[in-house]
Amino acid sequence: MSKLESKIPEGPLAEKWSRHKAAIKVVSPANKRKLEIIVVGTGLGGASAAASLAELGYKVKAFCYQDSPRRAHSIAAQGGINAAKNYQNDNDSVFRLFYDTIKGGDYRSREANVYRLAEVSPNIIDQCVAQGVPFGREYGGLLANRSFGGVLVSRTFYARGQTGQQLLLGAYQALNRQIAKGNVEMYSRHEMLDVVKIDGKARGIIARDLISGKIKRYGAHAVVVATGGYGNVFFLSTNAMGSNGSAAWQCYKKGAFMSNPCFVQIHPTCIPVHGDQQSKLTLMSESLRNDGRVWVPKKKEDAVKLQKGEMHPNDIPDEDRDFYLERRYPSYGNLVPRDVASRAAKERCDAGFGVNGEGKAVFLDFKYAIERLGKSVIEARYGNLFQMYEKITDVDPYKAPMMIYPAIHYSMGGTWVDYNLMTTVPGLYSIGEANFSDHGANRLGASALMQGLADGYFILPYTIGDYLANEIMIPKTDVNAPEFVEAEKAVTDRLEKLYNIKGSKSVDYFHKKLGHIMWDYVGMSRNAEGLKKAIKEIQEIREEFWKDVKVPGEMNNLNPELEKAGRVADFFDIGELMARDALDRNESCGGHFREESATEEGEAKRNDEAFTYVSCWEYKGEGNEPVLHKEDLVFENVKLTQRSYK
Amino acid sequence: MYSRLLIYNRKSKKMADKILKKLNIKVWRQNNAADKGKFETYPIENISTGSSFLEMMDILNNDLIEKGIDPIAFDHDCREGICGTCSLYINGRPHGPDTEVTTCQLHMRKFKEGETITVEPWRAKAFPVIKDLVVDRTAFDKILQAGGFVSVNTGGIPDANTIPVAYEDAEEAMDAAACIGCGACVAACKNSSAMLFVSAKVSHLAKLPQGKVEAKKRARNMVAKMDELGFGGCTNTGACEVECPKSISITNIARLNREYLVARFSE
Repeated sequence: MSKLESKIPEGPLAEKWSRHKAAIKVVSPANKRKLEIIVVGTGLGGASAAASLAELGYKVKAFCYQDSPRRAHSIAAQGGINAAKNYQNDNDSVFRLFYDTIKGGDYRSREANVYRLAEVSPNIIDQCVAQGVPFGREYGGLLANRSFGGVLVSRTFYARGQTGQQLLLGAYQALNRQIAKGNVEMYSRHEMLDVVKIDGKARGIIARDLISGKIKRYGAHAVVVATGGYGNVFFLSTNAMGSNGSAAWQCYKKGAFMSNPCFVQIHPTCIPVHGDQQSKLTLMSESLRNDGRVWVPKKKEDAVKLQKGEMHPNDIPDEDRDFYLERRYPSYGNLVPRDVASRAAKERCDAGFGVNGEGKAVFLDFKYAIERLGKSVIEARYGNLFQMYEKITDVDPYKAPMMIYPAIHYSMGGTWVDYNLMTTVPGLYSIGEANFSDHGANRLGASALMQGLADGYFILPYTIGDYLANEIMIPKTDVNAPEFVEAEKAVTDRLEKLYNIKGSKSVDYFHKKLGHIMWDYVGMSRNAEGLKKAIKEIQEIREEFWKDVKVPGEMNNLNPELEKAGRVADFFDIGELMARDALDRNESCGGHFREESATEEGEAKRNDEAFTYVSCWEYKGEGNEPVLHKEDLVFENVKLTQRSYK
Repeated sequence: MYSRLLIYNRKSKKMADKILKKLNIKVWRQNNAADKGKFETYPIENISTGSSFLEMMDILNNDLIEKGIDPIAFDHDCREGICGTCSLYINGRPHGPDTEVTTCQLHMRKFKEGETITVEPWRAKAFPVIKDLVVDRTAFDKILQAGGFVSVNTGGIPDANTIPVAYEDAEEAMDAAACIGCGACVAACKNSSAMLFVSAKVSHLAKLPQGKVEAKKRARNMVAKMDELGFGGCTNTGACEVECPKSISITNIARLNREYLVARFSE
């Protein structure tokens, strides 16, 4: 099992990263110029990595499927970014951020990685401010903070409700500067379809030019995958329409282990599903829970009237409102972590207290905050979110409560990486949401942006040198090597196969079917019987897909249906692995809730004795069952307790 | 109670969602950059007014696929109004007949039963059509590469609170930084000018002490690149501001002109 060497440095927790940096190799400037790195994905992780690596002198090629690197889905993150600055003097610290993240993740992440994340977090804020990110400020000119779910301090920095946009534009601007200098070659509208290995090491990728349809080969000394999460396996999610798991999945098929795939985050505050024509779900930032109170009616007859549209929520007096989060979790109230808030909403709706026509929504009410602070304060804090809500639902949230319901949002699981962020394939790195490393079984709000930028600005640029220092004698990769020819052929064959099925049903038809299976059996609540059923049903629908999918258009032209077909084909496989992983993990932790493992009050019950490990799945070829390896998690600095937000 | 209930019914989605029984979608079809292109009209039935415009396009495309017609290519991604990918020119307006929204946030309740909706790509020399409604906006990336950044490398940065920034400056910078780079300003402008886009970035950075250092050079280089890429000049019609989904103000253009003049005089 030498493959699973996590390379966590020796020494006390607070010294591990500095000791590691002192111990790893550094590449000289003269040699950096000769080394090429491919970065796939240009979100916070990819853009910050590509820019920082190019600044160091490496030759970088960056790829994104979007028409511009600025459009990666990090752009849609709303609420904020955490950092242990302790600007509020509320006793925040690196250790507290580390502890909150480990606890929030339900003790299923690595201590050393999480500590390092907290340790570099203050540098991220410094960096972003220097780039011109217009964070919210106090009247004295200093940076403002807000509070987020699952923590008791205010450490979240924000740029209105568009923090992800502003941070990504900061990274994109840094990337643009390197493109202009010729240090980064940018390939927009290019999709990575395979990773190429030579002598066991990652040496390049095969990508499709989405405009011409041409399949092209690109060589490098290392490949960095920063392609985000696989939440779209559920069809409906808060991810962008193009977000996909295919790049990470190709890495898996080439030997990179996939870890904790069953850990996906269900975000409690999304706009509920309407009808069956919907294509995606819209998130309402978690920051809204700072000032909004979540409730459903106490009386079932009120809920029934609301469902029929016969009653206005404002006509339900306070004493008939069940502020169920405040009731169940008095110490954290509306700011419990996402997994807890999502399950509590589901519990109320399943019990018949849901408030929209489908009975699948709860209220998020700003009446109390508006009474307390005035409308103008609420408008300044959340104006753009309120506007977005009204445009979508035609309801004015200043006058009537918002309706919200949980939706798939983020993938904590992902490619396994060691402390250097390298996968089990030498020279292949995975950063940001694409890897598994920092969020355990549940991610805290405002920590995704922190992790993406930590990996890209401050971790990978150091750790990649340790590997590349041994590659300085390796000449420029020859893209005519047989490995490239073979990989290109496999990619072309697969696309042609999809295209030539010429069946009767659209890609979306299959994607929606898969989404239903995933939501019903691998969603907010899971059990062994359902998971086994899911695996069987996914296999059946996949078989039907490969016989009956219809891909229109041309191979050698812009063809969104062909792109989708390839991604959905991978989603079947990802969904199946998620179900397998969920079946193996017969405990409830974080976003993963197994009905077999709950307390009498219905709270999640972890089983540390049996499951304090990272599941690491190894691909064993098409049609063969994957093999499960386990990386045991060792906790030396925190004591494992049942997570309580009561 | 009764009157409030009525208000809720009018404002509530559940009660307000209706079905548009029939619409005609008149849409630009162009197979590739070299193709001449033409309009085609497709009927579509039973669209919920609660659906977004792009969900309607998805449904139309599924109909077309079933009928063996090549589906319509259009750009879209986040569907939350923030990535700036979607770009349709609907009934003669960029992002269609609603204010302060992108096409993905435009909902079908803005259209009438039986209506013929005309859908075109952005039309500008600097944004050539790739296919159907998809255009090439890399010109925007190139403008920003010419100077839309602060020249700092990663690392070695002093504490973020070292330089205080006035609340109002930060807010104004944020107003300008809210630009999503969709190109509606160019599509709305009779001259296909990119001045609103360029001025938003110049203003955003010029308003902050971190960006002020290079303000002159930035304005000069970005304007030169904009001209080079074939965008037109600004004649102050203000169409860009009206159609901007993020309400970027044309006062930014005045600021850009000021920065630009200062830059020219100091040459």
